[in-house]
Amino acid sequence: MQRPNSHPVKRGEAATPSRAVKDDREAALVAAARAGDPAAFEELVSRYERKIFRLAHNVTGNHEDAEDVMQEAFLKSYANLDRFQGDSRFYTWLVRITVNEALMKLRKRRVNVVSLDEQLESEDDVMPREVQDWGPSPEQRYAQAEMQGILADTIASLEPGFRIVFLLRDVEQLSTEETAELLGLSVPAVKSRLLRARLRLREKLNPYFRRDRDALGRSRSSEP
Amino acid sequence: MNCRGVVLEISDYLDGELDREVVAEIERHLEQCEDCRWVVDTTKKTIEIYCNAEPLPLPDAVRQRLHAALENRLRRGHR
Repeated sequence: MQRPNSHPVKRGEAATPSRAVKDDREAALVAAARAGDPAAFEELVSRYERKIFRLAHNVTGNHEDAEDVMQEAFLKSYANLDRFQGDSRFYTWLVRITVNEALMKLRKRRVNVVSLDEQLESEDDVMPREVQDWGPSPEQRYAQAEMQGILADTIASLEPGFRIVFLLRDVEQLSTEETAELLGLSVPAVKSRLLRARLRLREKLNPYFRRDRDALGRSRSSEP
Repeated sequence: MNCRGVVLEISDYLDGELDREVVAEIERHLEQCEDCRWVVDTTKKTIEIYCNAEPLPLPDAVRQRLHAALENRLRRGHR
């Protein structure tokens, strides 16, 4: 029988090692930038601009806002380099600045990521509707650009209050406590939203990744 | 533990945040429930796929505007 225990989640090289991983080059660049070397700061920007833009875009859901947020985040991080304590990675600090800027944009647009409709947080919504096998490497069935489109579309379709928790915890790898503090939520609320965000994204990806919809596909409408 | 119990614990299970006894209970259920095995496996893959996806290159115009704004700030030579 197949071994069911598939945890923990494997995060590869492309993942954002925003905590716990020491990055000597990053630390050297930050030290040089603080000492007044503009090229060092430019290199930090070049390192992270794609990830920061993606984060800003995923949170705001809007290209124009994402560009503003990214620019403001880099400029603020430069202006406040002396306040960076160095007890976390520079990237993590940058993520926090970016999220705060993005939340300000959302507040201006009156999008609320903190409070959710009670119905969205009830226990009744967690049971998966579609249950299929995806096979070993489902993402390899798509070209990279196509894959990026699928991921962007599915995450954009998630409710903002779930989306931001998933982005911070799973993509940026902030801790539950860091995520709670940044969003002004309790730790149990972050955990509850993360569970629902993961399950909803799984459901949204299912049509793209299920291995054989005819032979294996079946739906589960209620708990067995 | 039943299927609902497994689904409610999936996040903590995948994050390795459960007591050994609860993990053992979940794994006993997974051994005899193919649906839950698939739910656990595909939830784990969902996280890994997002987590490991490379971001798209920045559009040229966006990158140019960003670096122009930075250059302007950096040239002023103070923070």
